[in-house]
Amino acid sequence: MASSTQKPQSENYADDPINSSLSKDEKISLLRDMVRIRRFEQEALRQYQQANAIGGFLHVYIGQESVAVGTISLLGDDDHVITAYRDHGHALAVGMNMNECMAELFGKATGCSKGKGGSMHYFAPDKNYWGGHGIVGGQTPLGAGIAFALKYNDKKGCCLCYLGDGAINQGAYHEALNLASLWDLPVIYIIENNGYSMGTSQARSSAHPEEGLAARAEGYNMDWEQINGVSIYEIRARVKEHIDRAHEKSRPAILEIMTYRHKGHSIADANAEKYRTKEEIQEYMVKHDPIEFFKKALIDEGVITEDDYKTLNKEAGKEAADSAEFAHNSPFPDESEIFDDIYWEVDNNTEAGRTGRHFFHG
Amino acid sequence: MPREIPYREALREGLDEELANDDNVVLIGEEVAQYNGAYKVTEGLWKKWGDKRIIDAPISEAGFIGMGIGASMLGVRPVMELMFYSFAYVAFDQMMNNAATVRYMSGGLINCPIVVRGPANGGTNVGATHSHTPENIFANMPGLKVVCPSDGYDAKGLIKSAIRDNDPVYFMESTVLYGAKCSVPSNDELEDGELIIPIGKAKVKKEGADVSLIAHGRAVLTSLAAAEILSEKHNIDAEVVDLRSIRPLDETTVLQSVRKTHRAVYIEENKPFCGVGAQISSMLMEQAFDDLDAPVLRITSADAPAFYSPPIEKMQLPTPEEIVERTLSIC
Repeated sequence: MASSTQKPQSENYADDPINSSLSKDEKISLLRDMVRIRRFEQEALRQYQQANAIGGFLHVYIGQESVAVGTISLLGDDDHVITAYRDHGHALAVGMNMNECMAELFGKATGCSKGKGGSMHYFAPDKNYWGGHGIVGGQTPLGAGIAFALKYNDKKGCCLCYLGDGAINQGAYHEALNLASLWDLPVIYIIENNGYSMGTSQARSSAHPEEGLAARAEGYNMDWEQINGVSIYEIRARVKEHIDRAHEKSRPAILEIMTYRHKGHSIADANAEKYRTKEEIQEYMVKHDPIEFFKKALIDEGVITEDDYKTLNKEAGKEAADSAEFAHNSPFPDESEIFDDIYWEVDNNTEAGRTGRHFFHG
Repeated sequence: MPREIPYREALREGLDEELANDDNVVLIGEEVAQYNGAYKVTEGLWKKWGDKRIIDAPISEAGFIGMGIGASMLGVRPVMELMFYSFAYVAFDQMMNNAATVRYMSGGLINCPIVVRGPANGGTNVGATHSHTPENIFANMPGLKVVCPSDGYDAKGLIKSAIRDNDPVYFMESTVLYGAKCSVPSNDELEDGELIIPIGKAKVKKEGADVSLIAHGRAVLTSLAAAEILSEKHNIDAEVVDLRSIRPLDETTVLQSVRKTHRAVYIEENKPFCGVGAQISSMLMEQAFDDLDAPVLRITSADAPAFYSPPIEKMQLPTPEEIVERTLSIC
């Protein structure tokens, strides 16, 4: 049966077994992963705005880091991830390195997609990471398909399929929800609710039950939950049971994780401080920042000191700066690359790839 | 005496053989399982292969086609049925953005071995929404393959190749042809033990010396009928070439034919604007200009949405008489 569990905000999620079982190093690693994402994107913004090294869109995840790091930290070997265009955080969280990610932003041959995808299209199938998708909501049927493949192959895994609050009104998402529930597919849709679909607030874009966006799951007989995304402990504690259910019962769920993006929708969002008040942004940056929140928690627990944090932050900043240098020093793709990676059969020079004309330019 | 079976049965044999050949092959679509297929192409397959391999989908093309694309990225080989290829437009984002570009955008890390098949034809009085012929639209997109078999023999051989292909193949059939019988050898009559036709090879259906009638899909049959009239009544020996696949395209066979006959007519049930014939005539212009003794003609469906009224819709599609008349104008 569909259900929602509302745990009180005051609950100490640090004591949840999924968190209390973490070693000191593992806790520091969670913090480091969040800081690395932030420093990577701060560097990317700098490279975009000051060095003019990056083209097109750049949708940064700053303020939402706890969502990707918290949820992905719960995954095992047969669990998979797919997301939308705000994808840098998930990419680094699954273990992609800064060099390949930064070089992709620069459109360099050393980028994770050889410079063919850009910011919105990172992929790493070897890390069970299936993108990086540019069309709002377009990845949601793919997420169901990944779950279908896991079930088809008798794998005890699940697919975390992320989407923004603006994506929940796309038809493809609703079709995917129906299939996921109808066919018992182990896919967990994670709505990263940052309150705005580009410049349009949630109130102006989505009709939904009082309990929230995820509550639409009731209509598909799916489990759902709304989670405060500020605390990575809370995310881990409350998402875990849904992953377990997906593994054990092959059932989907919708989780709505409340979060906030400090920056605009994309770098091109000139109105980022017009559709939201400066006070609102400031409030989230100061009082509800997931990195500050977790840093304080770890200092309070005695896991780290303020100095440890400074060192960690500095290291992440250096790693990001180094990745920008790597990207600057990397070559652009060769023009001959234009016709690679279109057809598998052509790339692999098979008989099928050699039969008939595949390309019609010139 | 070679056996003759209907197009749908030949297609079914191809699907059945590939289900046996590879455990990753799974058939998904509206009414493909318990209903036995809206056009009985998949009749009996659910009973034989069961729920895991033959799956009835809800009416939800964007959802289930997208789901198939996602599953194919992990190595499942879904063969998705669209009850009408017109419904591809409901799944357009998935078919164009996800299936066609994920390999490129991932720098070659991912591929989509998916087949999306179903009838893409007009002429059945179902109105414009159910009569689309999107072969030119999908063939426009690098990363996709488009196959249009005109008879059961090709349908069987090509569907098997499509399923084994590691790229997305959009396989367009015709409701008008499902009942058409042709000679399809059984596997024990074949040297290789199975009928496989490579994608990207055209077929000369009838040899001739005076003019090349080049076509795909059901227009091949119309062209063959026209060739007969041209021969009997006008003493013109037409060659008929069936492209079989639109992309990849067998330009060599088309060029060989035109270099022999020096005249070319492209016939299709697709619309004229940027249709397949436009691509072929451009290709002939560039590569066979000196071989041509007359302009390349294109005969297409009328440049209008499909008319419901049965006698009028008939007039929208190429007929043997129209082909004869237009061909005579250049011979």
